[in-house]
Amino acid sequence: MHPTSDTFKDNARSALADAQLQRALSGLPTGLVAQRTAARAKLPEFEALREIGREIKNHTLAHLDLYLEEYEKNATAAGAHVHWAATAADARRIVLDICRDAGARTVTKGKSMISEEIGLNAHLEAAGMEVVETDLGEYLVQIRREAPSHIIAPAIHLTQDQIEADFRRLHTHLPGNRVLIEPGQLVNEARTVLREKFLAAEVGITGANFLIAETGSSVIVTNEGNGDLTQSLPMVHIVVASIEKVVPTLEDVSAIIRLLARSATGQEISTYTTFSTGPRRPGDPDGPEAYHVVILDNGRSAMLGTPFQEALRCIRCGACMNHCPVYEAVGGHAYGWVYPGPIGSVLTPQFLGVKRAADLPNASTFCGRCESVCPMKIPLPNLLRHWREAEFAQGGGSMSFRAGLKLWAFLARRPRLYHSAARIGIALLGVMGKSKGAFRRLPGAGGWTRHRDLPAPRGRTFQQLWAERQAGVE
Amino acid sequence: MSAEDRHTRPRDAMLGRIRAGLAATADDGARKAAVAARVKKRSAHLVPERVAKPADGLKTLLRGFLEGQSATVIDAATPGDVPSAVARFLRSNNLPQRVRTGEDPFLAGLDWSKEPTLERQSGRAQPGDEAALSHAMAAVAETGTLVMTSGPDNPVTLNFLPETHIVVVAAQDIVGPYEAAFDRVRSAFGQGVMPRTVNLVSGPSRTADVGGKLVTGAHGPRRLCVIIVDNRD
Repeated sequence: MHPTSDTFKDNARSALADAQLQRALSGLPTGLVAQRTAARAKLPEFEALREIGREIKNHTLAHLDLYLEEYEKNATAAGAHVHWAATAADARRIVLDICRDAGARTVTKGKSMISEEIGLNAHLEAAGMEVVETDLGEYLVQIRREAPSHIIAPAIHLTQDQIEADFRRLHTHLPGNRVLIEPGQLVNEARTVLREKFLAAEVGITGANFLIAETGSSVIVTNEGNGDLTQSLPMVHIVVASIEKVVPTLEDVSAIIRLLARSATGQEISTYTTFSTGPRRPGDPDGPEAYHVVILDNGRSAMLGTPFQEALRCIRCGACMNHCPVYEAVGGHAYGWVYPGPIGSVLTPQFLGVKRAADLPNASTFCGRCESVCPMKIPLPNLLRHWREAEFAQGGGSMSFRAGLKLWAFLARRPRLYHSAARIGIALLGVMGKSKGAFRRLPGAGGWTRHRDLPAPRGRTFQQLWAERQAGVE
Repeated sequence: MSAEDRHTRPRDAMLGRIRAGLAATADDGARKAAVAARVKKRSAHLVPERVAKPADGLKTLLRGFLEGQSATVIDAATPGDVPSAVARFLRSNNLPQRVRTGEDPFLAGLDWSKEPTLERQSGRAQPGDEAALSHAMAAVAETGTLVMTSGPDNPVTLNFLPETHIVVVAAQDIVGPYEAAFDRVRSAFGQGVMPRTVNLVSGPSRTADVGGKLVTGAHGPRRLCVIIVDNRD
């Protein structure tokens, strides 16, 4: 996809002014957030499992080369074709070659963020294939020619009215006067339309939530069953998975699936967790005759050995964005690339370069909710801070921002000077704001006062009050 | 470039970059030993307290979760009660007396003569099939989860294509945590060996993609009926 992360501020402004979007996003706190809280309360071991999840991923990442080799050995023994793709272009080429060899005209897809990352659909379409997203949310955004705005709820930015309008526009073979009032009626219509695609497809492509070294299996987690129809009906099943998806054993998967659905949707477990190993066996009446796994790097290996290695623990549950005040305000599209929310603000500068995504790590109050809910305990605010430092080191930011930051740094390193400057400043503002108690406008603070009043200081700094309190003056 | 080269060159380059990032070498015996030991260890990290229950407690837990996920749960006192339970469920949902099923020996060995009007068609699911009948190799009480293994006995398409899925599971195959179910898969198929698919199924198909509202029956079954059989000999 064409990134727009470099215009984040403009994207965010239009998102805030988009009434339809704001209505769609308004359900987030009572929906996914409340559901996660409830699910977590029902499992007293949840916090202990977070620590275990972190340990599993840390161990695996520290031995990533060896676990990938073990995975490949066991997958190949079960009849899988394992392909290695260093770049997005390599992965696109490998998948297209497999589809061509299979004589594919229709390709169905389960939900896969990796396929968004590598721009797979456009590549297959350019080769003349019909590519059909079968996850309902992905289908809803595909028919609008949009990208997903959330990693587990791709159409979270759409209201039911918009979906109905799209279906009426697109499904013209159905009666124009049909009733589409209930969500169930819209789901039924999609089910009927997509069922034909499932049955017609020559190739089915899914992502993977996990690759298991012990068994050579790939795992998908879904609620709709679309991923299973995608991979069970066509003759060829292709899995696209990135290197950090590998875990050692079924016991490790067991521990992490206890975290995944609870963190994502607040379910005890997603409806379907499917382990796929090799193609159909001799005597099997169904399942694909060929099973390919494309293992993608696309820049991830460069994160190893850096502070960003911690971000490779991510299991793509979406909890960080569900709990992010910035995401809740502007939605996922404003972030301008594949991965939105806090994890997106960490990954996008890595993938596109900090110059093209500099606003993302700055679009955070460092409130820390993302880190506190992350099932893999990724220190997201800390990683965002790394990007801010990298951006500054590379000369990013406006002249006035850089000058201001330099002035502040100069003062902050000289405590006595800082305290004197603060005393003078606070005293001055205290006098100026005394009559009204707040500033409607203040030179240099327009970013704040444009939207709300700035409460006036009372004339003395915290340091002064503290010193007086310590001395017993009160 | 040969086919062999097309595989090994990018593979070795990718693994090389990973090793460079980790500051590791390909022939570090200690790292290899750590990985070999971890893959063999296969011990549960943490099993939730909620499954520390005797068998009847696990059955109650399983039933509660399945019903909470809008599945129907039916008790069959003996295997001989299964055919009539299947027939009754179909009737109560206004479905024809017809199910698609695999070659599962347990299901095939039931006394179907009591339900002469119930037709059993064998093989993989076909697009017109309304109901399928499968046998789960285990059920996980922890979250109300059926464990289905693919093959001629229980073709994988039965789990997803028809609108109604009826699954029979023996009470003795109800286990507490996921790990116990995977141990059963290992003893049935061998260590590190899996059938083409193992499906963990925890309810009928569902989605919340339209306006965040929960709808059952997205792409897979709209109805899931679980028949728990006691006293399976």
